Amino acid sequence: MIEVLAPGPYATVQDLGRHGYAHLGVPRSGAADEASLRLGNRLVGNPETAAGIELTYGGARLKFHSGAWVAVTGAPCPLTGPSPTTGGSGPSPEAGPSPTTVGPEPSTDAEAAGPSPVPVETGRRTVPVETGRSPVTVEAGRSSGPVGARRPPTLGAGMNVPFWVPAGSELRFGAPIWGLRTYLAVRGGIAVEPVLGSRSTDSLSGLGPAPLRQGTVLPVGGSGGLVEISVDLAPAGEPPPAVLRIVPGPRDDWFAPDALAELCAEPYEVSQDSNRVGVRLRGRELTRAREGELPSEGMVTGAVQVPPSGQPIVFLADHPPTGGYPVIGVVREADLPIAAQLRPGDSVRFTLRPGRPRT
Amino acid sequence: MIRVAGEHGLLVETGSLAVSHRLDAVLRATRPAGVVEVVPGPETVLVVAPGADQGRLRSRLDELLGEALDPGEPGKVLESRKPGDALDSRRPAEPVEPRKPAGSVEYWKPGEVSSGGGPEVVVIPVVYDGEDLDSVAELAGMSVDDVIARHTGRELVVGWLGFAPGFAYLTGLDPALHLPRLATPRTSVPAGSVAIAGPYSAIYPTASPGGWRLLGRTATRIWDVDADPPSLFRPGTRVRFEPA
Repeated sequence: MIEVLAPGPYATVQDLGRHGYAHLGVPRSGAADEASLRLGNRLVGNPETAAGIELTYGGARLKFHSGAWVAVTGAPCPLTGPSPTTGGSGPSPEAGPSPTTVGPEPSTDAEAAGPSPVPVETGRRTVPVETGRSPVTVEAGRSSGPVGARRPPTLGAGMNVPFWVPAGSELRFGAPIWGLRTYLAVRGGIAVEPVLGSRSTDSLSGLGPAPLRQGTVLPVGGSGGLVEISVDLAPAGEPPPAVLRIVPGPRDDWFAPDALAELCAEPYEVSQDSNRVGVRLRGRELTRAREGELPSEGMVTGAVQVPPSGQPIVFLADHPPTGGYPVIGVVREADLPIAAQLRPGDSVRFTLRPGRPRT
Repeated sequence: MIRVAGEHGLLVETGSLAVSHRLDAVLRATRPAGVVEVVPGPETVLVVAPGADQGRLRSRLDELLGEALDPGEPGKVLESRKPGDALDSRRPAEPVEPRKPAGSVEYWKPGEVSSGGGPEVVVIPVVYDGEDLDSVAELAGMSVDDVIARHTGRELVVGWLGFAPGFAYLTGLDPALHLPRLATPRTSVPAGSVAIAGPYSAIYPTASPGGWRLLGRTATRIWDVDADPPSLFRPGTRVRFEPA
């Protein structure tokens, strides 16, 4: 059971969404950065479809009333909490921590960490990893490993690494170093009641659980039947270049002949009113070649819809299933996580080239 | 014409709602491999099929569109499936294995078949006491009784759903009742409100903001997330209102 002490600016439960109901007016919803949720679930041995928590701009404090294996992915946040241990034959995910693997006393440690989260190492650079099959021993915040021994005693959780959160611990998330949305995957998954086959909060229609509030209590599913945790960590790369590759259409012919070139010519700025429905952009206005209204038609995630203002909107997970503004192009699926991690004020560029751009 | 909507979507231009419904019905009946969403609109059907062979899907859609444009004898489209038809879901072996859908959701509910053109008509009893009933009568230049008579006098057809889960655009509204939306939308319209706007009528499936003109309310539950399917209406459903 996880109790929300503070949700941060906006936090929701997300899985991979509601599929197959678009014709009934139901948005797909699901994790905005699906790849990060999938990764987190794999790290803790869940099916990729398990529900996790999507944080927006970090800032959350979560109290674990029972011990749990977790992994944090997506926008890298400073984390304060228990020391990391890894999978292998560490604390049995089924039985909880064994007597030889006592985590730090979380309540006092959390207090000792002070009110502001202390950044810890994220990514592949400094996260200590115990390999091999021997149990990882962590006592009073000190790891037996050579790297862990140099770590501050109260900290330890890193990005993209499965770690055990002992019962009673508090996990705190600072503001992300880059990116917008951070995911917490928990072994067993967040077990709120599914609605139409999904546990996702749909910010557009209100389907699914309410956004997390202080005091929200989230049940965690059992880990019976799950695969063993076998991955130590997934390397966290540098932030990807803010370039979105698009496939033209389906309504590029509703625009002036050079509109696609205009779209790709200069970066756009991400507007403040972006959300899970879409990334609203400010920049070059795209000129229509055809006037009049487009009859409402089905919309796909990643659609770059252009309202009368000429300022494009990139549809994310909670986009309406139908819409009446022409879509000049659609962001390639592999680049949707990049779109989902854009912050207000960020610059983003479009390209028609199919190859992945380099920094 | 079939337009590309990203890497996994094809937008089939049907040109009319009737053709959209016919194509939707045959796609739901034949369940082409890899297809996860079929979204009919007034003049289009969006087909989303991650992992499907786009070239084959496109040529199959071309074929089905041709048949939907010229339906000929009823049932022709369904009977046109041949053994070896790449999109026949009864054949599990597809050259390209469709990507496993997210979640363990069944995309195609057993028995979920479009009622487009089917014989059944959903009758919706309405208490005609809506806040805008008088102003609608005034704007339409008729009595309240005439408004009710015209709203109940025709069979409507669900064109498509959108705006909110379960919100169906009912087509075929008497032209005398075609009125623009309210200049200022209400911040909350109760669930079950029966309303009109432009050439459409609708029932609010859940409480939501809305700018349609309210004629009355119904106790019939048209949207229930615990039901399967959750929506009483789907594209093609025929609907008749009657005074409660």
